[in-house]
Amino acid sequence: MILRTKKFTPYIYLFPAILILGLIYGYSLVRVFDFSTRRIRGITGVFIGLDNYKFVISDPVFRKAVLNNINLFVLIPILVFLAIIISYLLFEQLRGWKVYRGVIFMPYILPIPVVGVIFGYMFTLHGVVNSFLKLVKLDFLAIDWLGSPKFALWTLMIIILWKELGFGIILFLARLMSLEKEIFESAEIDGAGWWGKLFYVTIPQMRTIIEFFAIITVINMLSWVFAYSYTVTLGGPGDATMVMELFIFNKLGRSQLPMPGIASAASVFLFSGTAVLIFFLFRIRKEIGQEET
Amino acid sequence: MQNTKLLNYNYGNFFKYLLIILASLVCIYPLFWLITVSLKTQAQYLASKFSLPWPLYFQNFISAVDNEKFFLWFMNSGILTVGSVALCTIISLLAAYAIVFMSFRGKQIIMNSIISLMAVPIVVMIVPLYILFVRIHLMSTYPGVILIYSAVCIPFSIYLLTSFFKSLPGELLEAAIIDGCSNLKVLSKVIIPLSGPPVLTLIIVNALWVWNDLLIALVFLPRTDMRTLMVGLTVFKSKFNLDVPLTMAGLLIVSLPMIIIYIIFQRYFIRGLISGALKG
Repeated sequence: MILRTKKFTPYIYLFPAILILGLIYGYSLVRVFDFSTRRIRGITGVFIGLDNYKFVISDPVFRKAVLNNINLFVLIPILVFLAIIISYLLFEQLRGWKVYRGVIFMPYILPIPVVGVIFGYMFTLHGVVNSFLKLVKLDFLAIDWLGSPKFALWTLMIIILWKELGFGIILFLARLMSLEKEIFESAEIDGAGWWGKLFYVTIPQMRTIIEFFAIITVINMLSWVFAYSYTVTLGGPGDATMVMELFIFNKLGRSQLPMPGIASAASVFLFSGTAVLIFFLFRIRKEIGQEET
Repeated sequence: MQNTKLLNYNYGNFFKYLLIILASLVCIYPLFWLITVSLKTQAQYLASKFSLPWPLYFQNFISAVDNEKFFLWFMNSGILTVGSVALCTIISLLAAYAIVFMSFRGKQIIMNSIISLMAVPIVVMIVPLYILFVRIHLMSTYPGVILIYSAVCIPFSIYLLTSFFKSLPGELLEAAIIDGCSNLKVLSKVIIPLSGPPVLTLIIVNALWVWNDLLIALVFLPRTDMRTLMVGLTVFKSKFNLDVPLTMAGLLIVSLPMIIIYIIFQRYFIRGLISGALKG
């Protein structure tokens, strides 16, 4: 159903959205490229070509940040695996499954800064985690979770895993519930066991949503972990948990000399990385759309 | 034969319950711990990190709220959340209405551009906007930050609303047009009354996002009296670093509004997050 309108009427309705998106997204995406080629002092600066990019690439802190962001990808297979198992268990509708679902999804609702601070205390050297490990005589596991550069990033991953798992579970559960019951029944008649059904029936049926979740998580690990790093470790110890977002944030000059040009060049790197992923996301989104119709 | 099968079945079920209960415990424990610690005195906390609090000690909550800044920050978070969500909802309703029910040139391009904005990392926009906001004096102001929050929420909102509008039956509109309704009337008298659930979903998901945001608030609201709760609590933490129970009480109060909304509107939350899976 299409309304009959004057030629310019649709644009009046779209105008506020286009104005605000143009101002915030459009302006800044154009400007960030411009700023990345300038030595900014105050509100603008002289053109210096690719010098900012050269600086960023050779900066060991930025390299460490990129490496850390990429290391976070380790989480993706773990998240996918756990989300599949748990969503499948919920799907079987064990007694009280709605309660479990509500509980398991709870971490996703909590603000990241709150989660960061709670876990920051739980993982201190004499915190509740180490107290517990000592209680059950696992003293060798009672490490300095956040204070040691060797373990800090892994600890951060545990926190991210705890917080983000619920989202994968809800996503997968929704897909499972949209499947035809007969698929599972006929597999059962063919003598498939629990694992057989999981591997040969369920997972193939969930392929696109798994891909979708994996790509979203990749994008998040690249560009949405600032709040974890900032509230748990501030990027430390040293730059053990430095990530690209925090690097950009720091270069704005809260704690060091402001270098907006450098920050812009780093932003362009981050943007290019995600742009490639967005392309894949679009393709998968289309597939999901086709599956649903 | 019959017996072993039954036995297997029970074993299987036992492990399933074990696994799901274990997962639930891991998910709920930090929250449970937060609550227990917030009800302890500093001495009780230091004596044992994971015992149950007894006798219960409520002073932490009073001290946390008694901070003169706390109320101010709570207000700031509230104003920004309500303002951004309201602005974003109105703008998105208008845009989605035009995209679904009107024909115009460049529709597909506009729609695709809006959707792809959902995956742009927020941090990429920080530097240009920071410099712009300093220049036009929007730093530490409500309108400036509301503008950013609404812009960030709009792409997802338009996406969700357009897919809902497409599912509405066309006859409804026809009837309204025959009755001589103007375009704006069709939107306000026919479409919006039918859009309760998706709009509620939008409001909840966006409110959650704005309330919980740290990065934008940290960069664009540097003045102490303009801080939001999320920024405030990171300061609160470093200030009362040693008084863990007091900090925990503060954290609990800060998370409470969203936990309550989650419990009441769980259905809408889940639906929104599934359909808007793209949003960070």
